[in-house]
Amino acid sequence: MTTYVPDIEKAPEAGSRKEPSYLDVTKGFWSWAGTLDHKRIGLMYLVGVTAAFLCGGILALLIRLHLWTPDGAIFENAVYNQVFTLHGVFMVFIFIIPAIPASLGNFVLPLMLGAPDVALPRLNLASFYLWLTGTIMAIYSILSGAVDTGWTFYTPYSLQTQQAVVSMGLAVFTLGFSSIFTGLNFIVTIHKMRARGQTWFKLPLFCWAIYATSVLQVLATPVLGITVLLLAFEHLYHIGIFDPAHGGDPVLFQHFFWFYSHPAVYIMILPAMGVISEVVTVHSRKPLFGYKLLAFSSISIAVISFLVWGHHMFTSGESEFVMLAFSFLTMLVAIPTAIKEFSWVATIWGGSVALTAPMLYAIAFLIIFAIGGLTGVFLGTLSVDIHLHDTYFVVAHFHAVMMGSTALAFFAGVHHWWPKMFGRMYNETLAKISAILILVGFNVTFLPQFAMGSQGMPRRYATYIPEWQIYHQWSTVGAVILGIGFALMLGYLIHSLFAGRKAAANEWGGVTMDWESPTPPNLYNFDEEPVVTGELYDYGHGAKH
Amino acid sequence: MGHSTIVTPTPQGGFQTHTVAHHFKTAEQEFQSAKLAFWLFLATEVMLFGGLFAAYIYYHDVYPETFQKGGALLDWKLGALNTGLLLTSSWTMAMGVRASQLSQRKQLVWWLVATVVCAAGFMVVKYIEYSTKYHHGIFAFTGLFSPDDHYAPDLQGLAYPQLYFNLYFTMTGIHGLHVLIGMIAIAWLIWRGAQGRFHSGWYTPVELVGLYWHVVDLIWIFLFPLLYLVP
Repeated sequence: MTTYVPDIEKAPEAGSRKEPSYLDVTKGFWSWAGTLDHKRIGLMYLVGVTAAFLCGGILALLIRLHLWTPDGAIFENAVYNQVFTLHGVFMVFIFIIPAIPASLGNFVLPLMLGAPDVALPRLNLASFYLWLTGTIMAIYSILSGAVDTGWTFYTPYSLQTQQAVVSMGLAVFTLGFSSIFTGLNFIVTIHKMRARGQTWFKLPLFCWAIYATSVLQVLATPVLGITVLLLAFEHLYHIGIFDPAHGGDPVLFQHFFWFYSHPAVYIMILPAMGVISEVVTVHSRKPLFGYKLLAFSSISIAVISFLVWGHHMFTSGESEFVMLAFSFLTMLVAIPTAIKEFSWVATIWGGSVALTAPMLYAIAFLIIFAIGGLTGVFLGTLSVDIHLHDTYFVVAHFHAVMMGSTALAFFAGVHHWWPKMFGRMYNETLAKISAILILVGFNVTFLPQFAMGSQGMPRRYATYIPEWQIYHQWSTVGAVILGIGFALMLGYLIHSLFAGRKAAANEWGGVTMDWESPTPPNLYNFDEEPVVTGELYDYGHGAKH
Repeated sequence: MGHSTIVTPTPQGGFQTHTVAHHFKTAEQEFQSAKLAFWLFLATEVMLFGGLFAAYIYYHDVYPETFQKGGALLDWKLGALNTGLLLTSSWTMAMGVRASQLSQRKQLVWWLVATVVCAAGFMVVKYIEYSTKYHHGIFAFTGLFSPDDHYAPDLQGLAYPQLYFNLYFTMTGIHGLHVLIGMIAIAWLIWRGAQGRFHSGWYTPVELVGLYWHVVDLIWIFLFPLLYLVP
């Protein structure tokens, strides 16, 4: 095995294609706004979620700057509550849930299956417009008085606050349906649209990850839907279901909320794991170690994720037996998760590793995901959780798996498939610098948060005691480094669209079907209908089929 | 890679042809995809109502007496009548699906009309039940729960009686909304079916609305005993 060198000289010329690329085939606003092409819908999602990430990121920077001094440097306490709520809603519901499936998944999944499109293209477009509607409703909620409950909307506070909980709840309801439509579409696509000869065990692991994610989206999201609907009814009509003043039980709200929102964190991380599998194998030029285990670990994570929601509520009032059961089941998640981490490392081991920009993002993912995963085991341990509950330790753990892992995997995927999407390459040197800035910035931001969380710094507080100032200041410095890294990334990615060199037909030497389409792909993806005959991830002879 | 245009076989008798969408290789692939997607959608419906059922079971456990006496105030005869109406409509719907598969245009239309009539009957009975409760002051969605003399003695001394009725109105209300949506969908089927859009070569929408209708029926089969009989 030797390092793959893309044949840049043979970069496809515009005239040499059999058909125009999906970017050139039609022009104009409506050719995008009304498109049924999975690739264009994926790109619209990509622009949308990146904008949401930018908004959420600016809010995060404001939060960090506010916490520079113990009394809070910028906001009134009430405004601070609104700012962190908006940060949470933007990042969780608008950015990270659709981020990988709806943008990268939409673009790559049909390519990997050798299909001309997803099974239900109209539903795909409807999903995008539901996402847009939900986002506009969320922004309306912000303008019409903001929400200060945190992204979890716990009752009874969410019933007492006079703010826009109803419209924010309906925004989340709408975003939920968008997510259901995406998941439903992908399940059908994987079942019914695979190329001839592509059996289940010849599916690239990204497809397995998307499949597991989609099952969660379809089965868990409706429960969130009914929960926020009941919350809105409670707010408007005082039906009493969650309000103790009318006989309701606020803990029931927490059960309902986490029955969705725990699987939801796997809706976020599972596709990230899929991206990492693809990036690691391609840039190490080695078949994935333990393919079947990686595939089944995605499925088992999805199954177990339905059975662990109670670990968010160890201090809310559960029986000891229930707490023990939830704690045990939470520990079980560590097994398939560790299988994945070890498999990726074993894939890199002995491979012909190219330290490209996507690979650097993937390695950063492996490092931070190890931290996030292990601290998850701490929090699943009952006695430790009682101490750490609602502290910055939880904040840091959550951000390690969500921001440091899912968002980094998203960006690894964006860098990995960028040449396929646009036929252009970004400046790799700058990309590597930004990957390193983000890895360093992340750890400078969140390692101090682990430390002060273990000492008892509560989350969501606008002020703190002076002893913790040094930790907060380091954390803010880290957030600024992160901000610089992301700003740099945005800059060179946009620059590459106009001035980047033409990408090679197969920029990284990938061997799954997504790399067999023309670059960028045709409107219906392939010149000829692909048929799968060879082994999956076969780098030995340079080509698979 | 674009597939060549596929037109499904169209029977004699003024039926409209169906062209398979561009990204499918066969009509069978298109049909199976639509059907799988619809089953998944029905799974989301089951999960959505599952949340409501879970809430009902929990509060039934917390306030057993409230649920017992509250349930006794519902009219089980009207509930039984509605159950009969929905079960009948499920049968007429199934006959409609069969008629579309056999390209029997007239029979399809009449079976579907019968289904809508049953559904409308269900909604009328529901209206009678709701308005009775409203006039007696226990239509609690207004936020004012003030039972009049007719009901007040029965609800005397109960813990949070409005919780039972709010659950009743929420669950049957969301179910009723599903019945209404189903009626609109079936009306559309009647309109297109009369034009000869559905036949042995393509009857996907009839099949899917049929599945939807059976699930709406099935949810009522659970709602009826839980709300009217079990308490």
